[in-house]
Amino acid sequence: MTDPSAAAAGTATRDTESYVVAPEHLEDVKPGGPGKPRSLWSDAWRDLRRRPMFIISGVVILLLVVIALFPGLFTSADPNLTDLARSRKPPSADAWFGYDLQGRDVYARVMYGTRWSLLVGIGAAVFTVLIGSMLGILAGFAGGWVDGLLSRIGEVFFGLPFVLGAIVILTIFRNAGVNGALPIVGVVVLSLAVLSWPVAMRIMRSAAITAKQQDYVKAARALGARPARIVFRHLLPNCLAPVLVYATIALGAFIGAEATLSFLGIGLRDPAVSWGVMIADSRNFVRVAPHMLLFPAGFLTATVLAFVMLGDAVREALDPKLR
Amino acid sequence: MGRPTPATREGVRGMGRYVLRRLLQLVPVFIGCTFLIYVLVWAIPGNPFAGMCGERPCPDSFIAMMTDKYNLDDSVFVQYFKYMGNLLTGDFGETFSGLDVGELISLRWPVSLRLALMAVAIQTVIGLVAGIVSGLRGRGFFDSLVLVSTLFLIAIPTFVTGFVIQILLGFQWEIMTPTVSSEATWAELVIPGFVLGSLSMAYVSRLTRTSIAENKRSDYIRTALAKGLPQRRIVWVHLLRNSLIPVLTFLGTDLGALMGGAVVTEGIFGINGIGRLVYDGILSKEGVVVTGVVVLLVIVFLLINLIVDLLYAVLDPRIRYD
Repeated sequence: MTDPSAAAAGTATRDTESYVVAPEHLEDVKPGGPGKPRSLWSDAWRDLRRRPMFIISGVVILLLVVIALFPGLFTSADPNLTDLARSRKPPSADAWFGYDLQGRDVYARVMYGTRWSLLVGIGAAVFTVLIGSMLGILAGFAGGWVDGLLSRIGEVFFGLPFVLGAIVILTIFRNAGVNGALPIVGVVVLSLAVLSWPVAMRIMRSAAITAKQQDYVKAARALGARPARIVFRHLLPNCLAPVLVYATIALGAFIGAEATLSFLGIGLRDPAVSWGVMIADSRNFVRVAPHMLLFPAGFLTATVLAFVMLGDAVREALDPKLR
Repeated sequence: MGRPTPATREGVRGMGRYVLRRLLQLVPVFIGCTFLIYVLVWAIPGNPFAGMCGERPCPDSFIAMMTDKYNLDDSVFVQYFKYMGNLLTGDFGETFSGLDVGELISLRWPVSLRLALMAVAIQTVIGLVAGIVSGLRGRGFFDSLVLVSTLFLIAIPTFVTGFVIQILLGFQWEIMTPTVSSEATWAELVIPGFVLGSLSMAYVSRLTRTSIAENKRSDYIRTALAKGLPQRRIVWVHLLRNSLIPVLTFLGTDLGALMGGAVVTEGIFGINGIGRLVYDGILSKEGVVVTGVVVLLVIVFLLINLIVDLLYAVLDPRIRYD
């Protein structure tokens, strides 16, 4: 997946208001009725536990997180040990995924590369949600010229085609000489977030506009609650669901986007060796040593698939219309 | 049947107002986008010439020439307007080796356009058929098949699809030549077009599927059924015509995105298009080429979006009166 903002087109932006005005959800605001009212989230959780898609993707993601945190548990080989004698050797019992051009163990490199791929995905998703939902809730709640201004700014960033925008930003940073693993990751994360926050903002804004007209917000206002209290106590918890669904799907998309950018030679690079970097390294040897491409690409696809499936499952669980 | 035709006087006036409003809304976005790119390229603190001339630092003569050409001594705003003026009169600057970027682009854009059209054609045919069939049939084997296969298409990055297809069809089974010749005929572009359009194919079929599934339950379909219209007419005239409007706009926008998004596909299959120009520019670190082409592609993308927006109003008269 090369364009995370397109991810929203098919999935997450649908029916923002259906999250906000769910009848079960409104019950939550007026406790004391007969029985214990369940919140949107606990309802969704009960629903999710029964979905095979959620369980499969959850297990895959948990496993990936463990690999990312403790790659040493899964491999005893050194990912950076080069031995030209075993250059491009195919998979064997010693090295399950074979060796790359410089004779490094592809399996070990895939394990150690997990953390960089996940780090980019999580970082970009967090920044996108933070920037997008802050501006979105502000635009939706304030309305008027604030809304107009923020929406126009969002449109400017949204107008940049994703791959091309990232190419420009990253080419410049590469030329500016950013070195070290974390700064390189930071630059990629920022450029992904800068190009995707308008999507999160649009989702949050439309959710906030819908929620603003609900009775519980009017009641809070009538009771004299200050704007800050309305935003943080009432709007934010009720508008978060659609943005979080988008963020889950986008997280997978960001991992794919990072791989695409690394493939182009402007994403991550040594010492932050992600799956995308490994795929880029295999570019010229695809014909003679396809294992150099297929194993990192397989992990990449499985990871993106797991996050997209998780997002789909959570969206269906949270959307009462689909129940 | 009873849709209001845009030919009425009220309709024409509404249309004119809508076009004007869209144009006015586009102007700030257009200026904002191009200005953003311009600032990123030329006005970021630091040396804008680092990495502009391949592996070596730029010679002084080149820096002096570029400073003069891009008015780098003026303020950012003056620079920007002079640059846009040059662009609009067809002057895209020169590469380090003295080739005219505009000329490079004019040689290559027909190939990129052909590839993008091929991709849109393939994704339209396959995506629409899959979406319509699964949307009409509802839950069942075919519907699940479409959902699972689109999920995979969404999850696999384009360059992986491209590489795998190239290995299988080009090297293992030798059905196609692994790379495309410099003429890039339509027949040669079928497989690269499929790779380029694979992601959007998934979106098209999902979009069509949801849109049909939603409209199937709508009041106007129930009315048509109650009137006793034949099934065939309900599906083709009432259901599809209304369901396909969002799909059509998606396809239009996608054509714009694919023109520029072909960087990866053109790189893999060695197609001599605009995307390849950017790809080679990045690899050989020629910043002038990269930015010149990217700015142009962004402009094309924005213009196509505008045209799609206007088409939307023609297709769906309700949109004008919002």
